Amino acid sequence: MDKQIYLDHSATTYVKEEVLQEMIPYFTEKFGNASSIYSIGRESKKAIEDAREKVARALHCQPKEIFFTASGTEADNWAIKGVAFANRNKGNHIITSAIEHHAVLHTCQYLEKEGFEVTYLPVDEYGMVSLEKLQEAITDKTILISIMFANNEIGTIQPIKEIGRIAKEKGIYFHTDAVQAVGNVPIDVDEYNIDMLSLSAHKFYGPKGVGALYVRKGVKLHNFMQGGAQERGRRAGTENVPGIVGLGKAIELATRDIEGYNSKLRALRDRLIKEVLEKIPYTRLNGHPTQRLPGNANFSFEFIEGESLLLMLDMKGIAASSGSACTSGSLDPSHVLLAIGLPHEIAHGSLRITFGEENTEEDVDYVLEVLPPIVERLREMSPLYEEVKRGVKNV
Amino acid sequence: MYSEKVMDHFMNPRNVGEIENADGVGQVGNPKCGDIMKMYLKIENGTIVDAKFRTFGCGAAIATSSMATEMVKGKTVDEALKITNKAVAEALDGLPPVKMHCSNLAEEAIKAAIQDYYKRHGMDWGEGDVCTGCCDSCHVEEE
Repeated sequence: MDKQIYLDHSATTYVKEEVLQEMIPYFTEKFGNASSIYSIGRESKKAIEDAREKVARALHCQPKEIFFTASGTEADNWAIKGVAFANRNKGNHIITSAIEHHAVLHTCQYLEKEGFEVTYLPVDEYGMVSLEKLQEAITDKTILISIMFANNEIGTIQPIKEIGRIAKEKGIYFHTDAVQAVGNVPIDVDEYNIDMLSLSAHKFYGPKGVGALYVRKGVKLHNFMQGGAQERGRRAGTENVPGIVGLGKAIELATRDIEGYNSKLRALRDRLIKEVLEKIPYTRLNGHPTQRLPGNANFSFEFIEGESLLLMLDMKGIAASSGSACTSGSLDPSHVLLAIGLPHEIAHGSLRITFGEENTEEDVDYVLEVLPPIVERLREMSPLYEEVKRGVKNV
Repeated sequence: MYSEKVMDHFMNPRNVGEIENADGVGQVGNPKCGDIMKMYLKIENGTIVDAKFRTFGCGAAIATSSMATEMVKGKTVDEALKITNKAVAEALDGLPPVKMHCSNLAEEAIKAAIQDYYKRHGMDWGEGDVCTGCCDSCHVEEE
């Protein structure tokens, strides 16, 4: 197998060379602890503050509103638990959506056990949250709305600006998990009335193991980590200086030309979607047709199962992902695909392709060459397809 | 995560298809659970002379189907009934723990096809139906 095409950028990205080069000195000669007063310590401190400024520029906020974490998951946990426990006297109700990442969903489920009430807003067939249903769900006990900016599986981008407006009108904190959106969608936390925002470096060509939480000045939030005075006493733990430097550089590069990056990815995505739907029968596109991440295509191929599809694509050098139960080790397929109304058997046969910077039209050509025969081959093995061909089962 | 043997049986599955005028046909699993295995047996004088399958499922489900059809061929019906999910998994040099239920499905498919053969010949099966169509009946996790 010679050809290797990476089409799973929503899972993670490689670290860009420019990002890596900026990080390297902070592993070796510039190894100082940012809390130390001597020069290499001050140098680390300065590097962290430079990175913080870059993140602030990307989100249009103040540097002091940015706090570095070890992951997007930590940022989500901190935002949700931190607001919940700090505002318990005001109310115990949280609103989120049914299609959040597990970092949000499982945090909310944990809070339910701690006495909080959580509304999981349903989504429509495209994965879109309804503003009306959001309005209806708000009570005088609601302290937090947490809705993801863009969905990791189906790519649907939520009406964040409108949600922010509603939250502001009602005086409710608004957190958004923007892990998939940063670098793909222009974000202005003031324009969108976002109070808290989670991000993760390895989704935009930065390193793994570092993320950040934006916290608007004045938001009442408990600390998540107890310990030293790092991050102005809000997030203890010796800073991951090389990681933070990498995050800063990566977000600077990722937000420099979002429109250019978008239009390139959108062209690849739209051609892939159009031709897959034309070439392969019994196939549907999951997610919103236009309001979706520029690099995201998510299909369901009826009568086949996602893991076997991924294995066969892997044998052809294509790395992609699926919402199939078999790739998660559970019996249920993706909660996102079920939430948009797919029956279990169709949700099992999903394929997510997420394009990135290094992908080309030739990569799309190659997918269009190898994917249809693989789907056909698996269908030939499937008793469900046999029934359809014999006309036993209506589709 | 899969052994070479699993990948071989997945990429080059043996005995895919159906047998016309099969003596026993068994289908287990449920599309809801993400896997269905349909097994066809040709049985002469109590011996399985041919076996074919169609499977909707993951890599392990397809590989275990392929291996199960290979294993039953040439065996008597009584011998085939003694094939355990463990034996199918072992013949594939093992399966990841989360995939052991797939080998369960193979054992159940063999039983369901033989049950069908018994019924067609008016023989007493004795027990209840093999597959209840409930995910949990096949998806018994094994350590």
